[in-house]
Amino acid sequence: MSMNRRSFLQLTALAGGGLALGLYHSPLARGQEAAEGDLKPQAFIQIAPDGKVTIMARASESGQGMRNMLPMLIAEELDVDWKDVRVQQAELNEKVYGQQFSGGSMNTPVGWEPMRRVGAAGRLLLITAAAQTWGVAAAECTAAHGRVAHAGSGRSAGYGELAAKAAALPAPVLSSVKLKDPKEYRIIGHSQKGVDTHAIVTGKAQFGIDVTLPGMLYATIEKAPVFAGKVKSANTEEVAKLAGVRHVLVIEGGITPAAFTPWEPGMEPGIAVVADTWWQAQAARKRLKVDWELGPAATQSSEGFRKRTAELLLAPPAKTLRQYGDVDGALKSSAKVVEATYEYPFIAHVTMEPQGATAHWKDGKLEMWSTSTLPGNGRALVAKTLGIQESDITTHMVRAGGSFGRRLQNDYLVEAAWIAKRVDAPVKLLWSREDDIQHDPFRPGGTVGLKGGVDAQGKLTAWRHHLVSYGDDNHMTSGGGIGRDSYPAGFPPAYAIYTSAQPLMLRTGAQRAPGDNAYCWVAQSFLDELAHAAGRDPLEFQLELLSNKLAPWSAGEKDPVGDHEPSGQDVLIPERFKGVLELVAEKSGWAKRRKEPGRGMGIAAWFCHLGYFAEVADVSVNEENQVTVNQVWAAGDVGSQIINPAAAESMGQGGIMEGLSHMSQEITLVDGRIEQSNFHNHPLMRMRQVPKIEVYWRKTDYAPTGLGEPTLPPILPAVTNAIFAATGKRVRTLPLKRSGFSWA
Amino acid sequence: MLLKLKVNNAVMTVDVSPDTPLLWVLRDVLDLKGAKYGCGIGRCGACTVLLGGRAVRSCMTEVGDVGESAITTIEGLSPDGLHPVQAAWEALDVPQCGYCQAGQILAATALLEKTPHPTDAEIDAAMSGNICRCGTYTRIRQAIHEAAAAGAPARNQ
Repeated sequence: MSMNRRSFLQLTALAGGGLALGLYHSPLARGQEAAEGDLKPQAFIQIAPDGKVTIMARASESGQGMRNMLPMLIAEELDVDWKDVRVQQAELNEKVYGQQFSGGSMNTPVGWEPMRRVGAAGRLLLITAAAQTWGVAAAECTAAHGRVAHAGSGRSAGYGELAAKAAALPAPVLSSVKLKDPKEYRIIGHSQKGVDTHAIVTGKAQFGIDVTLPGMLYATIEKAPVFAGKVKSANTEEVAKLAGVRHVLVIEGGITPAAFTPWEPGMEPGIAVVADTWWQAQAARKRLKVDWELGPAATQSSEGFRKRTAELLLAPPAKTLRQYGDVDGALKSSAKVVEATYEYPFIAHVTMEPQGATAHWKDGKLEMWSTSTLPGNGRALVAKTLGIQESDITTHMVRAGGSFGRRLQNDYLVEAAWIAKRVDAPVKLLWSREDDIQHDPFRPGGTVGLKGGVDAQGKLTAWRHHLVSYGDDNHMTSGGGIGRDSYPAGFPPAYAIYTSAQPLMLRTGAQRAPGDNAYCWVAQSFLDELAHAAGRDPLEFQLELLSNKLAPWSAGEKDPVGDHEPSGQDVLIPERFKGVLELVAEKSGWAKRRKEPGRGMGIAAWFCHLGYFAEVADVSVNEENQVTVNQVWAAGDVGSQIINPAAAESMGQGGIMEGLSHMSQEITLVDGRIEQSNFHNHPLMRMRQVPKIEVYWRKTDYAPTGLGEPTLPPILPAVTNAIFAATGKRVRTLPLKRSGFSWA
Repeated sequence: MLLKLKVNNAVMTVDVSPDTPLLWVLRDVLDLKGAKYGCGIGRCGACTVLLGGRAVRSCMTEVGDVGESAITTIEGLSPDGLHPVQAAWEALDVPQCGYCQAGQILAATALLEKTPHPTDAEIDAAMSGNICRCGTYTRIRQAIHEAAAAGAPARNQ
């Protein structure tokens, strides 16, 4: 018998995931659950009479290990053995489970406290049930390994025997339950194998693409070669007659191209082909002859973007985000002034599993199998698009073959639901890889004009930063904005950060460490340039800079506080930034690094998504300017506790590999058409290019934070700074080939 | 068209057009979902299966060309999921998202069958056709070495 789950109905609604991106750096997101309503332990924990424990994994899983991390927090405080725990993926129900999205490296900081309290409340209920049964004081009972014991009387009972009684007790107030001393941890801080690992290595794990329902049809969508291009006419009747084809549906779409393309801009127009198998749908799709009304996006090209960027860089900036000190005066009186322009491209997410979803419309209700990492927003968008109530939608959360920010947007889910409402069967939509690359919500490109100065003592005097990216007068395109306190804000005596934007009719969005995956490269490369201009060691130059904070954060100063109190952590804490730099320098032997032609080491660090990482790369560059990354050392500070150490190390290595991949990727446009289409021209790193990667942790007295994002940004400047050390050539344009380099 | 295929030691009959890629026959006709679609052009290796012991890209293999060759998918690599390559993968907890791993495991199995104790360079050569977007390569390499040390035997046939 499982615990009584009817008690969920009393719960107050928690904020949905729709605000996720806005909450990335907001401390509100983390205190939210405690403030708005207590989670009920019964919703997360089910104990069968035989003592088997099922823990609900509330967050979407796309490879970040959330099906382990959050249930581990519960299991630790529940005092059960991890081997006795079965983890079950929760359906979407944020009223019961709280936040279910996975993004912004937020699951750790958001879940750390409430998930442990859920486990501790479960333990308290079981102890109370035992104490009542035995007529003894609860304080005299202890719990361990899935049993409650009373030392005085020598009695003990398994959780399974106590579950029914515990389920009938009123749930304790979460904030009142007592948590363990971390010294007692037996699950947290000990590597626990992925709950799906066995299923994955035997081919049994179900990904979005694997969902199969009786009588299911398969769909593919032909879209215009240009963003938001509409169907004027097509041979739909002819294609409808092809083998296996059941439906050919014209999607009008709901996007009006404009200078600023918002997050989730609406359905893209196209033609859906629905058939008995995906291959038949895909084969029929290739026989479509479509006359497209390409619309205004057809005028866009990378060449045009570049020309307009050059004009904007020379013009007075459109917006001043922040300015303090006399930047121009400080530059004028500097001993040396360095001026540089850095440029990074649009790139696509290319999750290994292309986008898709399964949906079934029946009797006015919709059931969806979703890989979204922002599933609450997906359901809301589907309801809006189909004109139905959210309460008529059931969302199953299926393992995703990667997200990296891609599945925060729900376009494919909306499409699957739209098709499902029009066909009398369950339907699985799958994008081809070409669709996936050409209709990605890209990481927006950008160009940064920089000026910096150093004085005669080799200290930074001023920093002027002008980001030229995309958007309209009021907004930067999604994933393209920058913060007022972007590093090194606060440290140089004079600092200014400006933005300008040009129109962009393309979907863009967050990609792993959004913004930071580009700005870190720009800022940490330019700091390296300034250190060299000053004749200083780049590490020493940066440590000195970090030691002297001269201006407050624009949001005001906050008092960083210790464990269990994450507020205050969302601004850069110089000691933590310095700490990871010092640790990585020690581990990599930075001070004693060899200097030889064709080989060099570079160092860089960054703070984002509440985490600190510093990385050193050792690279070789051959006579053909081919770059080999020999080794990478990474040092991270994500607080007091690494929850699942083996998974954390893997996440560190993965973020570094992704950063290296970014360095050879670009999305370019000609006449509004994306030139790249598959892995041959939008490459990822391969086995032969993998360096040795060592990941170290600096544990500090702060509440644990996430690892999805902060491992990535520093690797790009670590490598380009190492290329400079090896060759004397500065990489100021990515991908590498646009600076004359390539991966070996 | 009716075709006979030898899949995971069983003979199966499918009624498909012979130019259908093997991948889609395995996935959508035979309901063997372990092989994954990643690129459709043989550039990522997510669809890797063994054909007569060789690692092939099933997205580029027309089912009409398979003939008598024995097909082994991840589901048929071992009856119990304990093939040494699978066991090494599990022990090292290699996967992150896991989508590419069936292809990686089968490519590694084919490598170890030909080269029981591969060097890093031999691993690079054999495994560079299989992309892992999550970047679990370090553990993949380690797992191959561990499986080699454990004496990964021939496929379970």
